[in-house]
Amino acid sequence: MSSAPLLEVRGLNAWYGESHVLHGVDLDIREGETVTLLGRNGAGKTTTLRAIMGILRRREGVIRLRGRDLLGLPLHKVAKAGLGYVPEERGIFASLNVSENLMLPPTVAEGGMSVEEIYTLFPNLHERRSSQGTKLSGGEQQMLAIARVLRTGAKIILLDEPTEGLAPVIVQRIGDVLVELKKRGMTILLVEQNFRFARKVADRFYLMEDGRMVNAFPGHELDARMDELHEVLGV
Amino acid sequence: MSTIFGVPAPALYGQILIGLINGSFYAMLSLGLAVIFGLLRIINFAHGAQYMLGAFAAYLLLSYAGIGYWLALVLAPLIVGAVAVVIERTMLSRLYGIDPLYGLLLTFGLALILEGAFRYWFGAAGQPYAAPAQLTGALNLGFMFMPIYRGWVVVASLVICLGTWLLIEKTRLGAYLRAATENATLVQAFGVNVPLLLTLTYGLGAALAALAGVLAAPIYQVSPLMGSNLIIIVFAVVVVGGMGSILGAIVTGYVLGVLEGLTKVFYPEASSIVIFVIMAIVLLVRPAGLFGREE
Amino acid sequence: MAVGTQYLAEQPKLRTSSMVIGAVVVAALMAAPFFFYPVLLMSILCFALFACAFNLLIGYVGLLSFGHAAFFGGAAYFTAHAAKVWGWEPLTSILLGMAGAAAMGFVIGFLAIRRQGIYFAMITLALSQMFAFICLQVPFTHGEDGIQGVPRGHLLGIIDLNQPLAMYYVTLAIFLFGFFAIWRIVHSPFGNILKAIRENERRAISLGYRVDRYKLGAFVMSAALAGLAGGTKAIVFQFATLTDVQWQMSGEVILMTLLGGIGTLIGPIVGAGFVIALQNYLAASDFPVTVLIGIIFVVCVLLFRRGIVGEIMELTKRKSKQSA
Repeated sequence: MSSAPLLEVRGLNAWYGESHVLHGVDLDIREGETVTLLGRNGAGKTTTLRAIMGILRRREGVIRLRGRDLLGLPLHKVAKAGLGYVPEERGIFASLNVSENLMLPPTVAEGGMSVEEIYTLFPNLHERRSSQGTKLSGGEQQMLAIARVLRTGAKIILLDEPTEGLAPVIVQRIGDVLVELKKRGMTILLVEQNFRFARKVADRFYLMEDGRMVNAFPGHELDARMDELHEVLGV
Repeated sequence: MSTIFGVPAPALYGQILIGLINGSFYAMLSLGLAVIFGLLRIINFAHGAQYMLGAFAAYLLLSYAGIGYWLALVLAPLIVGAVAVVIERTMLSRLYGIDPLYGLLLTFGLALILEGAFRYWFGAAGQPYAAPAQLTGALNLGFMFMPIYRGWVVVASLVICLGTWLLIEKTRLGAYLRAATENATLVQAFGVNVPLLLTLTYGLGAALAALAGVLAAPIYQVSPLMGSNLIIIVFAVVVVGGMGSILGAIVTGYVLGVLEGLTKVFYPEASSIVIFVIMAIVLLVRPAGLFGREE
Repeated sequence: MAVGTQYLAEQPKLRTSSMVIGAVVVAALMAAPFFFYPVLLMSILCFALFACAFNLLIGYVGLLSFGHAAFFGGAAYFTAHAAKVWGWEPLTSILLGMAGAAAMGFVIGFLAIRRQGIYFAMITLALSQMFAFICLQVPFTHGEDGIQGVPRGHLLGIIDLNQPLAMYYVTLAIFLFGFFAIWRIVHSPFGNILKAIRENERRAISLGYRVDRYKLGAFVMSAALAGLAGGTKAIVFQFATLTDVQWQMSGEVILMTLLGGIGTLIGPIVGAGFVIALQNYLAASDFPVTVLIGIIFVVCVLLFRRGIVGEIMELTKRKSKQSA
């Protein structure tokens, strides 16, 4: 486990306008790993993803993918470097149908899933491929948002609260999909409030509070740390 | 001679044809305005000036380089589109994210510069531009004689509008455009070069206006003021149609053109204001516009 | 940044000093006709009032009207017609023009406030163009010729306005009245609600204000004051023509305000003075004025959106911040 991290974040600070929202965040993800960010609402989890992607532009610190600096890149070059983004609220486009939504993100590297593979993994999407994107159910929209970045050949996917507001049976299904992706060697950075869901897939956890990383531990320690987590997360 | 509501039929058909032709230009120009507004959130006041530039480009290509109508149909939009690309890169791109009124004011200033410069060089009077030999003469439709060039303009504009609609609704580029209209940041985060898309969109919109200008040159005279008179009517068309829908902009353009033509037959005094009156009525009945969504 | 985020807020401490400055300026304006051509000065005063009226709407409510020429030029027609054809006394004629502009403002404003932002601008432009077409066709405006040879007449039947100085001081008085009216409106509770609407319309609605009524009220006031300026201009220059109702005129008043400083009380006056002086200067050369106006627009929007007065205020604010 001494290999260099695929994604390396060091001392990341970020600002929304005048307000300083991330304070020196450090984060490492190795190839094939699934890492989960835990934290209360407003702890800075989504902000961390947005800062890594470059959607949040006012940043300082180091973000490197395979040693390549991402901080200086314009937004559209970050995806090309190999990051796939599944935003909070899913970001399905109403003026595009399901298949157009799926085909929207340009291919960034070889080795992405083919459309056939994706439709095998998500048969619902195939059935509804000519429906308007936002006419899908919440769960289907989440599947579509994940499927969308699998096609592109991204090396790491950044998943922002994929289970939020979904029924348990759908959450189960999304969990299966993530396990499947893990098997295929995909690297995943997951933001999640629901750590019962996260424990199924996560190799490691980071705990955030007030825009800082306050703790990090491997997945198998989750059960032992339940009390501590309940306190920090307030659940 | 047959009459319809007391109007001689040929006069009626003639005005409907003129209405369709005016409507063709309303449709092409409001389409371009809607595409630009959708993505850039800027009302392109220079749209009329770019239409005028297209007509002048055709006129100048002919007078100074001997380049005729058909080639001008291709070259003029390219020239004007290139000018627009420069304008977007150097000026408009600095205004994204601030109050859209500034975009309106900037493009208004550009329209004044272009119009003033052309009036300075060519005078306010119009310059004639002949239709190509292949499209001169008239066609006997049985119920009326139709000048071939006018028929061509209606057909060409339909093709252009349909083509643009297909480009936006059915192609990958169009999907980028639609998606970026909804959420430009996310589309860019997926790796699409949105700044380039904005530049291309403005260039495409301006090229569309220039193409309309070349089509207009043999019908109306080529004059520096041809655009500003038209653009205000097109604004009214856009308010009536609402800018939410591409197809809506096209349909509204043609329908209002024909209504204007009919007014010329039945109540000529009101023909210059009928579109504005319709706009006022639509604002009272359906403020968001016929095809618009409430914002 | 919203259009016109800066304005002269209530600053009671500054009252005395601003009254002193005001007195000096008024004195200078009183003396001005002895140093400059009264006609040029009167032209500036009319346009300055027009620009101040326009600024009331964009600077304090955030509404960009692209059709203010209709009120300015429309009032000029009404006033000219009353003075020439009906033989009315000049001030009554001007007041009629003002009332006419207010009525037009009510109709156009009622339609335009149904949409916001960019649509509002397009609707006002379209409706004022409709008015320009009507002016071209109806008989009383005399089409392309306009109404010429409007008598200046005797103010209240006593003061002969054919005397340049008398005309100048009447124009100055009307300007000062209009400016004072705008100052009062801006600093009234009504004005504060307008500013609240500009800053955050939704919040103003949720606080229970009937935003549309306030907007319409401001629109009518702005139109009436623009009409006051237009009517006065018709008496001063003794004609009313299509030039004043066309969209180019709406563009000019926007430029004056933008150049001087949107949302500043004196910015529009500075802008009007600058633009009129420039046009006057260029009238002798063959340089196309339209091109220059276009260039100023572009430069203002790209480089100094606060306008001349706005930038100066910003500079002094920054300096006082630094020294504090």
